[in-house]
Amino acid sequence: MRAVSRRRVEPALESSADPIVMARGVRKSFDRAEVLHGIDFTVRSGEVSCIIGASGSGKSTFLRCINGLERIDGGELVVAGSHVGYTLREGRLHEWNPREMARFRQRIGMVFQQFNLFGHMTAAENVSCAAVKVRRMSKAAAAARTAKLLDEVGLSSHAGKYPHQLSGGQQQRVAIARALAMDPELLLFDEPTSALDPELVDEVLSVMKSLAATGMTMVVVTHEIGFAREVADTVVYLDDGLVVEWGPPQQLITNPTHARTQAFLSKVL
Amino acid sequence: MIAVIVLDVGETTAEADGREYPVVHLKHWGRWFVAALFLAIFCWLAYVYATSPNISWGQVGHYLFFPAILSGVKVTIELSLEATVIGLVLGVVLAVMRISRNPVTAGLAALYIWFFRGTPVLVQLIFWYNLALVFPTLSLGIPGTSAGLSWQTNSVMTGFNAAMLGLGLNLAAYAAETVRAGIQAVGAGQSEAALALGMTPSQRMRVIVLPQALRIIIPPIGNEFISMLKTTSLVYVVAGTDLMTNASHIYLTNGEVIELLIVASLWYLAMTAVATVLQTILERRFGEATQPRSSRLKLKSSLSSASSLMGR
Ligand SMILES: Nc1ncnc2c1ncn2[C@@H]1O[C@H](COP(=O)(O)OP(=O)(O)OP(=O)(O)O)[C@@H](O)[C@H]1O
Ligand SMILES: [Mg+2]
Repeated sequence: MRAVSRRRVEPALESSADPIVMARGVRKSFDRAEVLHGIDFTVRSGEVSCIIGASGSGKSTFLRCINGLERIDGGELVVAGSHVGYTLREGRLHEWNPREMARFRQRIGMVFQQFNLFGHMTAAENVSCAAVKVRRMSKAAAAARTAKLLDEVGLSSHAGKYPHQLSGGQQQRVAIARALAMDPELLLFDEPTSALDPELVDEVLSVMKSLAATGMTMVVVTHEIGFAREVADTVVYLDDGLVVEWGPPQQLITNPTHARTQAFLSKVL
Repeated sequence: MIAVIVLDVGETTAEADGREYPVVHLKHWGRWFVAALFLAIFCWLAYVYATSPNISWGQVGHYLFFPAILSGVKVTIELSLEATVIGLVLGVVLAVMRISRNPVTAGLAALYIWFFRGTPVLVQLIFWYNLALVFPTLSLGIPGTSAGLSWQTNSVMTGFNAAMLGLGLNLAAYAAETVRAGIQAVGAGQSEAALALGMTPSQRMRVIVLPQALRIIIPPIGNEFISMLKTTSLVYVVAGTDLMTNASHIYLTNGEVIELLIVASLWYLAMTAVATVLQTILERRFGEATQPRSSRLKLKSSLSSASSLMGR
């Protein structure tokens, strides 16, 4: 069943930049059922990595492991210089307390499929809230930053609206601005356009493209193969909790070598 | 098939001819009939009570603003407010304990809720009032040293304080379950987004979850408060001086039971009316942000629609 050979191909882009995410043999189980069977994965600073794969293959689970929303059960996961969830001291991994975990997550932004904007806050409050409450930024500084971010995602005129007054595409752009407000070193996207009506997908993708162009490091779980082809430095195909194939988009998407990758791509393309 | 049926049923064939026709509204005869019926019953009841030789309305008027009644109203309001504040604060703490992953705190909260919901308030009030039987003095200090403060229990546990504590601790058990339901009704996505932004679990609770839970919590807590206004009448057992106790003291001496019960009821109704208005205002205030627009309009128009409900 799981005879897929794990290819140890380093990403084609052999940059000298340090890896910001490095996963080696990451395993994760839910109630004894293992869903990640040993994931190998690397992202370097400034890279965009897209994760594709069928529903239930473990894409979201792996993404959530990266910022510690899920705890791994085996293997090694080093993100932004830390073993996620632990401090290595005297040859032992000491578990983080909630405060240390929070400090780690401040450096990693996440954008969810269902947007998850805070329902009791306006768009502007959604963006500024973490800057004020978590980074202890002054209200004035946070307001200026919020105005700038909302402008970047094209929503200046909607700053005072509550989430339920915004379209899905607008909500997702606010969510991106909210994540950016923390000045993250790494931005995670979990199918950011899957909950959107087709005509709203492009406005979110174009914001993500311009983010990528600024050199933001991004890990994007997506079904938008066109986006992956255009923006990604590396594409990873995940199947049943294993990385089956990875490489630059022109190789993986245009000339997949694995039968499973070919089968998956023929379905979604 | 369907088209044929429609043509069969239609009595006339309408055509858009661009003209404005006057509209004849449907007459709601049933509504008129029911309204008239209830109005008649109400008028009859009012007439019977107003003319009854056994009710002295002059005395009702006389006692309505009697000093003992007014001071009773004041005590009832104070007691209800303070007990509700105690109940709410403790209720939030208990709710958070109850859903915590620590089995000891969760178990303690469950035990508290079981105990205080499971015993009569009356018994709890008497227990607090008689705390001196078990703890003759209350002291606050550092164990093993003589430093600290100490009070006679009986001087602290006045009727009012025992009542406030008893009612507050009792309400906390009920409020805890309400708050817990409110917290759990806030989607998991909100919590995850808060954590992903780098909030600590306590920031997530205070900044994101509780404010959104309020919308769900306010109506039942309003209920509890209105119920509390009347539960305060139980404090007669601890020598309270609330509205009901004071009213009963008066009728026990002058025998005008019905008149004083009417006086008390009028005051309870007035307090409940004020509380209801406050609840509506709070609901609007906290519902605004999170309510979908359609139901928000419904809330606003529900008042005006009540007047137009009768149809034309
Ligand atoms: N909290 C959980 N408890 C138990 N099982 C879970 C949990 N989360 C995910 N799973 C299981 O883990 C597997 C991988 O789920 P995951 O959500 O990571 O898939 P996915 O690749 O993101 O799929 P999709 O494209 O549908 O989002 C699935 O079989 C799912 O049922
Ligand atoms: Mg998923």
